[in-house]
Amino acid sequence: MDGTGLIVSSSPHQRAAVSTPVIMSDVVLALMPAALAGVWFFGLRALAMMVVCVAAAVGTEAGLERLMGKPVTVGDYSAVVAGLLLALVVPPDLPLWIGAAGAVFAMAIAKFIFGGLGQNIFNPALIGRAALLASWPVFMTRWRWPVFQAPWIPAFDAVSSATPLALWKLGGIKTPYLNLFLGNVAGSIGETSAVAILVGAVYLLWRGHISLRIPVSFIGTVAVLAGLFHQDPLFHVLAGGLLIGAFFMATDYVTSPVTPKGQIVFGIGCGVLTVFIRLYGGYPEGVCYAILIMNAATALIDRYTVPRKFGEVKKVA
Amino acid sequence: MIAKTFRGGIHAHYNKEAAAAKPTRKMLPPPARVVIPLHQHTGAPCDPLVKVGDEVKVGQKIGDSSARLTAPVHASLSGKVVAISPQPQSGGRDVVSIVIESDSKEALDEHVEPRRDADDLSADEIRAIVREAGIVGLGGAAFPTYFKLTPPPGKSFDTVILNGAECEPYLSADHRLMVERPGDVIDGARLLLRATGVERAYVGIEENKPDAIEAIAKAADGDGRISVVPLRVKYPQGAEKQLIWAILRREVPSGGLPVDVGAVVSNVGTAAAVKDAVFSGMPLVERVVTVAGSCIREPQNLLVKVGTLVTDLIEACGGYSAPPSKVIIGGPMMGVAQFTTDIPVTKGTSGVLLLGRDEAAPTEPMPCVRCGKCVEACSMRLMPLWIANYAEAGRFDDAERVNALDCIECGCCSFICPSRRRLVQSVRLAKFEIMAKRRRAQAK
Repeated sequence: MDGTGLIVSSSPHQRAAVSTPVIMSDVVLALMPAALAGVWFFGLRALAMMVVCVAAAVGTEAGLERLMGKPVTVGDYSAVVAGLLLALVVPPDLPLWIGAAGAVFAMAIAKFIFGGLGQNIFNPALIGRAALLASWPVFMTRWRWPVFQAPWIPAFDAVSSATPLALWKLGGIKTPYLNLFLGNVAGSIGETSAVAILVGAVYLLWRGHISLRIPVSFIGTVAVLAGLFHQDPLFHVLAGGLLIGAFFMATDYVTSPVTPKGQIVFGIGCGVLTVFIRLYGGYPEGVCYAILIMNAATALIDRYTVPRKFGEVKKVA
Repeated sequence: MIAKTFRGGIHAHYNKEAAAAKPTRKMLPPPARVVIPLHQHTGAPCDPLVKVGDEVKVGQKIGDSSARLTAPVHASLSGKVVAISPQPQSGGRDVVSIVIESDSKEALDEHVEPRRDADDLSADEIRAIVREAGIVGLGGAAFPTYFKLTPPPGKSFDTVILNGAECEPYLSADHRLMVERPGDVIDGARLLLRATGVERAYVGIEENKPDAIEAIAKAADGDGRISVVPLRVKYPQGAEKQLIWAILRREVPSGGLPVDVGAVVSNVGTAAAVKDAVFSGMPLVERVVTVAGSCIREPQNLLVKVGTLVTDLIEACGGYSAPPSKVIIGGPMMGVAQFTTDIPVTKGTSGVLLLGRDEAAPTEPMPCVRCGKCVEACSMRLMPLWIANYAEAGRFDDAERVNALDCIECGCCSFICPSRRRLVQSVRLAKFEIMAKRRRAQAK
């Protein structure tokens, strides 16, 4: 009967308020404490890096979509998240154009050619970081002290500086917990301040956007394994990119398992790989590669962790 | 007492207050005409027992079938049969219906008279009365109740569960019934116990209805066989399998029925209808319908005659307060959107919702971001995203392999999906195609 103007659609007719753009913009909001800490410790240069990376990521996505005649989807904020995350995991003195190159690579190669949002296998920001580390290794491992000096460091290296993990790996120097917690240590722009990352993580948990399954199994595995190998568990949890990786990278919906059990397996896998790379690998830090390797296993993990469906029981009463 | 529940599910805005706060009202005056579909239940359609031009009375059987699974239909008005023809119905398809025009006399059929021997009836006698009264599940599925009460050979019941969860948002007909007529619900429960030869009954009620819990518990006081079980407020708490699990911790096997775990589940409204049929002899000719949503002037629970047109029902509730964008028969999670209001209230009509633009806003799906929320929310612990992906790709064999047929279409996955995917719709498509293929295979 025409003219009634009634909408006819399949049930359900009611939906939750939280949409994908809402989640993505909440992730941006949750990254703000870490971003602010980055600016506080590394100056306006850090802010410039974020602006450049976000602009490059959004521009790449929009440009490619227009080029291919597809709808432009930058309104879902996922490109903003990828660009911002990349900026937070590169050194503060990285030339801005290199940061931009990383963002372009992340969006074009890691996301777009796989089919865009939801289709990529690897975390775009981490692919961007890995590509930069392979392409410009010198720039990507040149660190700087935060604006607030670190007085506990002996004259280890007066000119350049090193991250807490490098200091530990190369010189056996352990950065105090308090500095690791607050973030006044050398490192990537957004990874140094544990407290800032945790504030953002609590927000995401409170909003229900992420669960504790991946972060807790990831961080817990690192702590337990570090202890088993006679390392300081707390140091390994606080130092490097573990916290930002566990709460913001490994929890990336697209590239992590969808099953609850699978998410725990995924987190444990990330933790094991992180510890082995840190202890036995060529790099002092292993979070980035650990997550990327586990990304590759996500589909497999999903397949083997399908929940037992309701009613799948032996038919004997 | 810790409220019981199941795994999975979602928390929706319940929006029940507007209608739940008011007493149930009988729709007066009765409608001038009713449209009584000959098929408003699970099972075989009825054949008409009257002809155009016949005079009928309230409670008179006007349609029945010799099929094993069916439910007779009765006149809800006294008057004249003016047509027997296909009429639009809430399921979307036209169904042959008997149209009765009222003579305003409300004359009762001579078969309708109170039973004095109601307390001495045998199980078989109760089941026969329930069948003759055309009673079906009033929760929405409209499954013939007598059939449910008869265990298949080799199986038996040990528990009767009355479903007072009423987990669908907006709906409050069961809530009002439990508060206003708790004695009838419990009398109905006792009849169901007798009909099934069972000594244990539970009434499951969501915790957000403390007045109903109290009223039912009071009515059941002194009968050690019947107890009230408070349930956590979560959708779909009232889904049969989830309710059985919450109360008995028994899992109905995949493809099975409640009887496979010794349970029979009946809506509280159905129990009250059984009581009415047995004691007063009145078949199922009226039911309570929740009329709600932002576009109705006076949201309320209305006792209406089966066959009343929704158009008349809306008129009885003061008409529209704003033009509705969506008209739903049932609740917002599992109800069916309508293209017209010229459809009759049937035995399975639990609610009529008139939703405005804000409530019914259509949404455009975005790509799946694999957040896994649908997996967590699925009350059957399926992988909704996989089934939907396969369905959308036309790979129905794969959809079947990932258990599409186990889906109960509760809607939790679509509700929770942040990308607004039409998951249930795709799963329905998969189920339809899988069943069609099975039928083709059987036909060969």
